[in-house]
Amino acid sequence: MSGRKAAVIDTLLETGLSCLYPDKIKITVGMATCGLAAGAGAVHAAIAQRLKQRSLEAVLTKTGCLGCCQQEPLVDVRLPGAGRVVYTHMTRPRARALVDELARGALPTGGAWTAIDEEDTPLERQARRFPRVFGFEKIPAHTEIPFFARQRRIVLRNCGLIDPTRIEEYVARGGYRALEQVLSAWSPEQVIAAVSASGLRGRGGGGFPTGMKWQVARQTPAGQKYLICNGDEGDPGAYMDRTILESDPHSVVEGMVIGAYAVGASQGYAYVRDEYPLAVERLATAIIQAEQHGLLGKAICGSGFDFKINIVRGAGAFVCGEETALIASLEGGAGEPRPKPPYPAEVGLWGQPTVINNVKTWATIPVILDRGAAWYAGLGAPKNAGTVVFSLVGQVANTGLVEIPLGMRLGELLNEIGGGGIDGRAIKAVQTGGPSGGCLPAELFDLPIRYEDLKEAGSIMGSGGMVVLDESACMVDVARYFLDFTAAESCGKCTACREGNQHMRQILTRIVQGRGEPGDLALLEEIGAAVKASSLCGLGQTSPNPVLSTLRYFRSEYEAHILEKRCPAGVCRLVPEV
Amino acid sequence: MPELVINGIPYHAAPQANLLEAIRRAGVDLPTLCYLEGLPPYGACRLCLVEVTPSGSPAPAEPAVVAACAYPVRADLRVETHSVRVVAIRKLMLEFLLARCPTSRVLQDLARAAGLDSPRFATDGQADELCILCGLCVRVCQTAIGAAAIGFAGRGSDRRVAAPFSLQSEACIGCGACAAVCPTGAITIEDVDGQRYLRTWNTVVPLKPCPGCGQPYTPEPLSFLRELGAGIDHLWGFCPACRRKHAAALFTGK
Repeated sequence: MSGRKAAVIDTLLETGLSCLYPDKIKITVGMATCGLAAGAGAVHAAIAQRLKQRSLEAVLTKTGCLGCCQQEPLVDVRLPGAGRVVYTHMTRPRARALVDELARGALPTGGAWTAIDEEDTPLERQARRFPRVFGFEKIPAHTEIPFFARQRRIVLRNCGLIDPTRIEEYVARGGYRALEQVLSAWSPEQVIAAVSASGLRGRGGGGFPTGMKWQVARQTPAGQKYLICNGDEGDPGAYMDRTILESDPHSVVEGMVIGAYAVGASQGYAYVRDEYPLAVERLATAIIQAEQHGLLGKAICGSGFDFKINIVRGAGAFVCGEETALIASLEGGAGEPRPKPPYPAEVGLWGQPTVINNVKTWATIPVILDRGAAWYAGLGAPKNAGTVVFSLVGQVANTGLVEIPLGMRLGELLNEIGGGGIDGRAIKAVQTGGPSGGCLPAELFDLPIRYEDLKEAGSIMGSGGMVVLDESACMVDVARYFLDFTAAESCGKCTACREGNQHMRQILTRIVQGRGEPGDLALLEEIGAAVKASSLCGLGQTSPNPVLSTLRYFRSEYEAHILEKRCPAGVCRLVPEV
Repeated sequence: MPELVINGIPYHAAPQANLLEAIRRAGVDLPTLCYLEGLPPYGACRLCLVEVTPSGSPAPAEPAVVAACAYPVRADLRVETHSVRVVAIRKLMLEFLLARCPTSRVLQDLARAAGLDSPRFATDGQADELCILCGLCVRVCQTAIGAAAIGFAGRGSDRRVAAPFSLQSEACIGCGACAAVCPTGAITIEDVDGQRYLRTWNTVVPLKPCPGCGQPYTPEPLSFLRELGAGIDHLWGFCPACRRKHAAALFTGK
């Protein structure tokens, strides 16, 4: 164990603990994109100004996304020695009133949603407990709120709880301990064995066993190997990867350094979509900080191992989330997929063995190495180890980011965590896996969330998008809406996807406009099955899913459009004589 | 050596062999449009689709469908080239292409052979479109010729082949390889008054006259080859007929 390295982590740890739990009042504003979009920037400025006006000594800081995005802006207040109190929907007037109350030595109960008395992190074996702030006994603890209680936050372990721009806080919650351990005491083969034993499957959507992918790359002889972090999250309404990069970028950096050591890569690229400027900024800061402390770059942790990460921004194509198209883009070409085999782990970036994994997969690695493969394998379900992060959006009460153990029933996620439908309407269907996923009806809500179960039901796990739909949604229109997206994003290289998606789109447009014909449904099924089977890449192989699954489970809505020229949900304007 | 069982009959293939080549050597013909031996496979047209199952695994109800031209054989495989399912899928791909290019004779011939009468889909773009976006012109220009004068522009149904910004190409050497490899004759090249018009690329390339007969022959941009070609200097710029006469004269001393 390098004496120099141990000292670095220890110093960071001490500083980090005093940042997380200072002796002063600490006010934290949620400032990931969700918070900022809701006005957190102005709230932060208002608090800063008021603190100065009242000459109140307090620490004002920022954090990432806690996951309950629709409650943003979130402000949490920590009185010295006590647990936090979380306020929701914060406004500037209320923020100023909050500071005024604090100046009087009190804390307002109005607008307080929950108290966080217990802070556990998967990297520590014991939760830190704090006494409840006096006067807030009636406010539910966050462990009592179903939205939080039923989650298992491992990938999201630090999101909303640390300042993402302070490496000290990441270390204080156990960060970089796994890396230090691995570099001082493990061989690359041991790392790969642990990742394999954990059962971790790629969280970008493919669900391919991560350990196996690393093993292939390790075994392929080559002078240069690469690592890529796929941050091109393109599913509309899905922002899990964005949140992690904005709220806990060091988890990705640490995961990548461990992976590079295991595979033998000396260069890594984080490909982040151009539409995520804050994520790029926070990740860039994390990279600089890690380098400054010898946790990235040359001679990491005093060992002989070198690895650097460069950030590359995308240029606006959904298809670049597909690994071979991403590689083509990194090489300077247009985002066009390549036939597989060979797979990137054998022939990837510039023809070299390349391990490309999703943001969430990288963020999981440090926890697996620290807590152990057996621990991770024990979570979730057989062949579906661990947890998945979902972006729960649409016509559901609690929208935001949630992380649950695999195997949880779909209904539990939607009703207990999601809080059920809105405005008194029942949930009719849920689309899982983004625009290439399938729509599953309420009758299937007993389905366990597992890769194979979702696939058999006609959907996919995907990267974690989960769009909830109620009776006000027309399933034919929903299918058309998603197909519009995938057809527009098709790169156009292969006949199947380029032409097939266009024709399906045209048929669906006719149907929602009242010009559907009886043969249309069989034709959609024929085209959909063929495009799925014969497309060159994952985009075409999954783009028919919304159409095929709605035909399977909501056929009566299609039939009403075609035979009765009627939209049961009352959404489509059917004008037969156009 | 991987063992391929093609339509129930076992064959041996070289490791990393191209599946399409192996299938053809086994005597089975598959239609292709975007494949040309000597150029790296592309997998775009989706006409050479076959079903593959790793040997030793139970055959699934719907085996994986792959483009044979872009599939390297690495392990023992079972291959079905003419199952009801894959024949139907290939026919649909042809139907898509025919809908895109209804006037293409090549596609019409393929369609007739496949028993396809007329596509069920309307033609969206130009009725006289002949380009099937197979990429052979792009690949030959990039890989075999090395000029990389044309490439793909646009995405999805807007995809097309063009020189940068569809303007006169600065890199085109007027060799005509693109037109030679195009499977549907979509590229027109016309020599008029000492100029080679590559209309499809909005590009004109001047032609230098043959020293023998004075007819325009060598594309001007190819002049750089003269410096590279030791031993051909005395024949440089001659058209084929004059080259024969000139070489014969040199040989016989006349």
